[in-house]
Amino acid sequence: MSSPIVKLVAQRVALGILLLLAVSVLIFAGTQILPGDVAQAILGQSATPESLANLREQLGLNQPAYLRYFHWLGGVLTGDLGTAMSSGQDIATSIKDRLWNTLFLAFWAAIVAVPLAIILGLIAVRYRNGWVDKLISGVALASTSFPEFFIGYVLVFYFAVQHQWFPAISTVYEGMPFGERMQAIALPAAALTLVVLAHMMRMTRAAILNVMQSAYVETAELKGLSAFAVIRKHAFPNAIAPIINVVMLNLAYLVVGVVVVEVIFVYPGMGQYLVDHVTKRDVPVVQAVGLIFAAVYISLNIIADIAAIVANPRLRHPK
Amino acid sequence: MADTKAKPGMLLDIRNLRIEATVYPPGEQPKTITLVHDVSLTLEKGKVLGLIGESGAGKSTIGLSSMGYGRGGVRITGGEVILNGRDILKGGKEGFRRLRGREVCYVAQSAAAAFNPAHRLMDQVVEAALLHGTATRAEAEKRAVALFKKLSLPNPETIGERFPHQVSGGQLQRVMTAMALCSEPDLIVFDEPTTALDVTTQIDVLAAIKDAIRDTHVAALYITHDLAVVAQVSDEIMVLRHGRLVEWGGTRQIIKEPRQEYTNALVSVHEIAHQEQTPGTTPVLSVKNVTAAYGRSHIKVLKNVSVDIFPGQTLAVVGESGSGKSTLARAITGLLPPEQGSVVFDGRTLGNKLVDRPKEDLRQLQMIYQMADVAMNPRQTVGTIIGRPLEFYFGIRGSERDRRVAELLDKIEMGKGFVDRYPAELSGGQKQRVCIARSLAAKPKLIICDEVTSALDPLVAHGILELLLGLQKEEGVAYLFITHDLATVKSIADSIAVMYRGEVVRYGAKSKVLAPPFDAYTDLLLSSVPEMEIGWLEKAIAGRRMASAGN
Repeated sequence: MSSPIVKLVAQRVALGILLLLAVSVLIFAGTQILPGDVAQAILGQSATPESLANLREQLGLNQPAYLRYFHWLGGVLTGDLGTAMSSGQDIATSIKDRLWNTLFLAFWAAIVAVPLAIILGLIAVRYRNGWVDKLISGVALASTSFPEFFIGYVLVFYFAVQHQWFPAISTVYEGMPFGERMQAIALPAAALTLVVLAHMMRMTRAAILNVMQSAYVETAELKGLSAFAVIRKHAFPNAIAPIINVVMLNLAYLVVGVVVVEVIFVYPGMGQYLVDHVTKRDVPVVQAVGLIFAAVYISLNIIADIAAIVANPRLRHPK
Repeated sequence: MADTKAKPGMLLDIRNLRIEATVYPPGEQPKTITLVHDVSLTLEKGKVLGLIGESGAGKSTIGLSSMGYGRGGVRITGGEVILNGRDILKGGKEGFRRLRGREVCYVAQSAAAAFNPAHRLMDQVVEAALLHGTATRAEAEKRAVALFKKLSLPNPETIGERFPHQVSGGQLQRVMTAMALCSEPDLIVFDEPTTALDVTTQIDVLAAIKDAIRDTHVAALYITHDLAVVAQVSDEIMVLRHGRLVEWGGTRQIIKEPRQEYTNALVSVHEIAHQEQTPGTTPVLSVKNVTAAYGRSHIKVLKNVSVDIFPGQTLAVVGESGSGKSTLARAITGLLPPEQGSVVFDGRTLGNKLVDRPKEDLRQLQMIYQMADVAMNPRQTVGTIIGRPLEFYFGIRGSERDRRVAELLDKIEMGKGFVDRYPAELSGGQKQRVCIARSLAAKPKLIICDEVTSALDPLVAHGILELLLGLQKEEGVAYLFITHDLATVKSIADSIAVMYRGEVVRYGAKSKVLAPPFDAYTDLLLSSVPEMEIGWLEKAIAGRRMASAGN
């Protein structure tokens, strides 16, 4: 392990931090462009010019925008995300449990979806252009094409209403036993899995088919390896970089794209929280959640980049 | 069949082999073509049979049939392949898998592509032995190290820990031979194992393969298009053409007393009688003290290179891969601006960068490449390809353009009928001819030919060289001819520059450069060119003064 890898990884991390700072500027600027300010939003109908001026003074809104940005950023960096306007609660505290819930759901969906997608991709390559391949691709594409809410409601109708195997509403609370918690998230996790499956499966298939033309695949076949061993041992390791990229994009989607699924299953995660506060026009909460989603997205993409670098033997073992 | 019981000592007995493939020509119905027509051969244990012929002769296809393998939709549709007393074609997929990597192993043309970049060499070398359970891992690794030693690889104990990209091409080719031998097979199929190597590296690999075959008593099918190479390693030689047997006999008989006309054409040396021209007074192009590097690298790819090319003459630049031949061409054309030095063309100094050169300078300097098929737009017809320089440089359009295109097609000895063809419909030699016509269309004073015959079969290459010489007489164009093939140089050059590690080590008129006394590198280069003599390899190895750089 040597300098080129360390250097490349350090570059990616530095770029990621820079990107996150840029995003924070965008988020802050975006909320500044909106008409009205926090003072107006808090006072609403009862605003008089005097009370507005007082409140602005109190909240520091008279300071120039860049000072307020740094004030906000400083807070974020020290774990203070501000206070929700609608409820007056500390945002960081409210988010903590919900972020944990969202990550919990995303984690279990990923644990099922990623290996399943890759294995299905490998099988599709093994039986490429045959009926097995077409069946896998067809089902995966169909499940992705349906909107999440449709899949969600179908799952609810079938597994919660008709068979009552799983709850239709995924309520979770602190101190809930692990088994019950898993049962509660089964349906939303299944819905998420179906949504992200096809993308990863198709990419695995395409990336591996791309290297199946290589001379080293022929070498492996001429050693007498079985078709599946050739794909798993010789093709897959060389197709890993594009696969990781797509997997990470989908993992990011599992965290930041769950809004609809969380709302359907009334799951107390970040998505629900975001939707609630968007309807209440609670700008500080929207800012905080936006920043967290951006951070998740950027870090997963950095991980994908780093994994692709580490997976490349030329970089791992320089001459 | 009553005769299926093989004679004792018989390893491989191929009878009336017929191999077919389905092709999908553009705009036509798919059709079945026969690649191998009823070819039969036998090979005894421990013997080497050379399969020789031009591309498309079916050499590799026949070789791979001994493993029951067909590349890309190729099917064995008739005949028997009797290996160790049984017809392997009756064994089905499982039967093929059991014999591949165990009874028969394969050494590919480009080991650099045939090794998996993601795994260490040792894991790949022992893989087949472990798969078939012929050895434990420890035994197989011990065997591999012993083979690395036998094939005179550097650091045989540790080279297996390396990844393919950490090892040179010549070494990889020997590791691949070790990989084939590691399973202790009865038969190895060598598919052009030295073709992709430099001539100076080829000789080492060839010697290593020959020793390994002798010491392990393995039988081999040695596939190549180079008769001089196959004469060094084979007991018998089989000449193939268009999937049919031409002639089969002992090595001595084939190269000394060929019975068929085609074999005779392959065997006879194709020297073009080319009268060396004396250098004129003013060169058309002068490269003056050029030093160049890629990127901001400190490694200089060209070091203080100076050469002159005179009007209507040919300067051949020879050297092995990495010697800076093609980089010199890039510096001359402005694709790689030199760090120091200058390029003087027709009395004026050319701009270093391509963008600094006026259209007229670009027109005067044309290029032809090694891979003719990737140098042409596959979606344009021959007429469009050749007509483009006429439009671009001279603004000639319409019927005048068509007339000029027809004229150029005539010059490259291709008829008017080719105007509407696409590159994919042409043979390798025809494609290169179209590229020559395209460069001539610009009416240049100098054409840079970068390995233009290296990808072609010897007889086709011969035709291209004759064409280039004829065009030089007619048009008075000068050539900068880049090649690693010394036979080509002898045929076409007026003066020669020998390059080694970015420097010109020998430069002058052809007769002087090719006459002793030689410097060490030129001597190595000249003595490495395979000669069609039995026992040449041993003599050449014994007489060498320096080791080749590829090792």
